[in-house]
Amino acid sequence: MKPCRTMLYIPGDSPGMIQHAPVFGADSILLDLEDAVALTEKDAARKMVACYLKDYDFKDLIVTVRVNGADTEFFDDDLKEIIPCVPAAIRIPKCNGPEDVLAADKKIEEIEKSNSIPVGKVRIHAMIETAVGVENAFFIASACPRVQALTLGGQDLTADMGVQKTKEGWELFYARSRVVVAARAAGVDVYDTVWADISDKEGLLKECRSIVGLGFTGKAAIHPDQIETIHQAFMPNEKEFRKALRIMEAAENAKKEGKGVISVDGKMVDAPVVARARHLLELADLYGFERSGS
Amino acid sequence: MILLNTASAGTLESSDCLVTVSPAEKLKLEYKGANSEVFAERTMQLVESVSKKCCLSGAEISIQDQGALEITIKARLETALIRAVKGVAKE
Repeated sequence: MKPCRTMLYIPGDSPGMIQHAPVFGADSILLDLEDAVALTEKDAARKMVACYLKDYDFKDLIVTVRVNGADTEFFDDDLKEIIPCVPAAIRIPKCNGPEDVLAADKKIEEIEKSNSIPVGKVRIHAMIETAVGVENAFFIASACPRVQALTLGGQDLTADMGVQKTKEGWELFYARSRVVVAARAAGVDVYDTVWADISDKEGLLKECRSIVGLGFTGKAAIHPDQIETIHQAFMPNEKEFRKALRIMEAAENAKKEGKGVISVDGKMVDAPVVARARHLLELADLYGFERSGS
Repeated sequence: MILLNTASAGTLESSDCLVTVSPAEKLKLEYKGANSEVFAERTMQLVESVSKKCCLSGAEISIQDQGALEITIKARLETALIRAVKGVAKE
């Protein structure tokens, strides 16, 4: 799967935004049935999202859906209507432990089976937005193979911790670090929370550079204007790109020659470094980096 | 499906539509909007298709189209119909 740097929130009850989703430039979208939808319009949003998933051409966009939480009256209806439409993933709010993921996994599996959908086709993005969720992050990420990503929900998490969410983001530093390490340890993707101030692109870029440095694979966006800034932060620099090319070339040569250990620029290179180089080249492809002449 | 109540779904925002359905003996469509003449036939076909799928024998349906795609009209119509039968077993 191609790298997914941005995940744009789109209210499920906003057909104007949904139909324009492919032109915003995000790598993926999140059709929201939860917080962005009024209680009186949950049924309408669910129907709208289902109809678009069935009949609309989203081009190469990865389309995910945030359902209402398992503790709400809407959860089962959301799954019953949305899973048969086979979105790439379902985002489950407020995952506090592996049991929350396993309960959702069981329900999704039943719906997949009754609709002749291969079991495991619809992935889970588990939202970590409570203190207990942060502490259980690895167990949530590794609860079942259906989990594809952890996503950090900063607004609810800071509320749960009784602190203010600030632009500096120190109150989220531990949670971000912990969730990234948990996701990486479990081998799943990890998305950062939204940047709420749409007009402050400088602040957004600063935060994005910080979360890229921590190891996040992508970040949620709440407005199309934020997409370019987030992509800017994920762009590899030329020096990293050239080095990744040399690593991949050396790794391919070593494979042909049956060598287990390789060195690049005088330094030993092992499997995780090769994997990182591969990911960086996939990212570089999104920015049109020219691979020839390395 | 039998409609018991008048119900609506949708908005008057751009790219959306407002659909109102009411109980009636036969199927009747009132379709309004800037491009209603251009899309009248398409919309009638859509309404008939949804009505057939829902086994709906009659309804008075009003659609105020604000430039909605067919998918949007279908979603709004289905939502309005479900709201209009709420609490009643479907046939």
